[in-house]
Amino acid sequence: MSEKPGWKEIPEGGVILQAGSAAEYKTGDWRTQRPVIDRDLCINCLICWINCPDSSIVVEDGKFKDFDLDHCKGCGICASVCPKDAIHMEPER
Amino acid sequence: MPKIVPLNGDDAASYAMKQIDPDVVAAYPITPQTELMQNFSQFVADGEVQTELITVESEHSAMSACVGASAAGGRVMTATSSQGLALMWEILYIAASYRLPIVMNVVNRALSGPINIHCDHSDTMGARDTGWLQLYGENPQEVYDNTIQAVRIAEHMDLRLPVMCMQDGFITSHAVERVELLDDEVVKDFVGEFTPINPLLDVDHPVTYGPLDLYDYFFEHKRQEAEAMSRAPKIVKQIGEEYEKISGRRYDLLHPYGMEDAETAIVVLSSTAGTTRVTARELREKGQKVGMLKIRCFRPFPKDEIVELLEDLKAVAVLDRADGMGAYGAPVFNEIRNALYDADGHPEVVNYVYGLGGRDIGVKEIKKVYDDLSEIARTGKVKQRLNYLGVRE
Repeated sequence: MSEKPGWKEIPEGGVILQAGSAAEYKTGDWRTQRPVIDRDLCINCLICWINCPDSSIVVEDGKFKDFDLDHCKGCGICASVCPKDAIHMEPER
Repeated sequence: MPKIVPLNGDDAASYAMKQIDPDVVAAYPITPQTELMQNFSQFVADGEVQTELITVESEHSAMSACVGASAAGGRVMTATSSQGLALMWEILYIAASYRLPIVMNVVNRALSGPINIHCDHSDTMGARDTGWLQLYGENPQEVYDNTIQAVRIAEHMDLRLPVMCMQDGFITSHAVERVELLDDEVVKDFVGEFTPINPLLDVDHPVTYGPLDLYDYFFEHKRQEAEAMSRAPKIVKQIGEEYEKISGRRYDLLHPYGMEDAETAIVVLSSTAGTTRVTARELREKGQKVGMLKIRCFRPFPKDEIVELLEDLKAVAVLDRADGMGAYGAPVFNEIRNALYDADGHPEVVNYVYGLGGRDIGVKEIKKVYDDLSEIARTGKVKQRLNYLGVRE
């Protein structure tokens, strides 16, 4: 805690003064299991992208690119909805 | 030219609100505050103010709407009583912790149960640690004056905390007295334009109010709030001095009477101060050295000023219009006695809980308290520390 700013240095009233700062909050720390993709099985249907509650499926040119592991909380919904069983969950170590 | 008119406390508060002309008022009716907001609604309907009046479905919603409107950048006011204040409870803390300068008139009424509509201070005494400032008014004139000053106090750039202005239900709110009103222009100049800090409606500088604030920052925000509160006594005094210049009426944290040579004194809030002053005057005319200390500003608690006025006395009685169930004495007694602990040769302090649920208190009862005090001063012995005044045995 000591490296964080003291009470005299932070904005009053708990107000956040810049927009979009939630992206800086790395909720990926909360994860106990991570999604792993088998790219040979993936058909780029993007059903995982539609269902991910944390917007953590990164898509480029209409195709699955990667997981955003800084924000993925490891809920496993992507693995559960994948019609080709291309995503499975592995425990974080 | 100031004009002198007959008004009750509710009228006085609503007239002050009319002259302040806030941006937003959100309120819900409750006895004995109803008349206050009914008057103000009439001013809105008649186009005498520019205020956006939000009629909500409960006090919880009233205070929530006030928080939203204040965070948006408006000057915001409301009013309530008793159960209404209780229903606002969780939002009171939110208004204070977001540092929103909302001004609210509270017409004191007992909290149920058993159900009762008359005056005691159990409603606002329960809200004493919410982070709001509390100004207790003795009569309609003080209600009017406090409401106008509260706007400047709450919005002071070194404070930015909400303020509640109290008056005694029915005793003050429904009793017509002489009230001196300032000119509209004088009030308008005194309160000035509201300058919001980080308003939500400033879309070029988007901000977030109310994000989750966990163990890593919550404590620092509370520390800031406490620091702001510690700056409040000076601000309340300063605005009181400025107000004297436009009104001729002097306002301070405390209003003492006869304390310059008093040996014993009664500490009291709101309308009972009038009864106590009359009694003290009568006794002083007979040569008794008695005084009275009226607390106008209970939050923040003006500890140093109270100690200075009370420390050399022989005995002090604190009158509380609320009980502290299970506590050692009622709220005002508790704090006065605590404040005097560090004083040299502090006086004996005794507590009288009185007037619950609107039970009348008169000169006879106050005289009994002064008699008890002179007995303590004479013998140096306290027969009973905690007392009930005016209850049937």
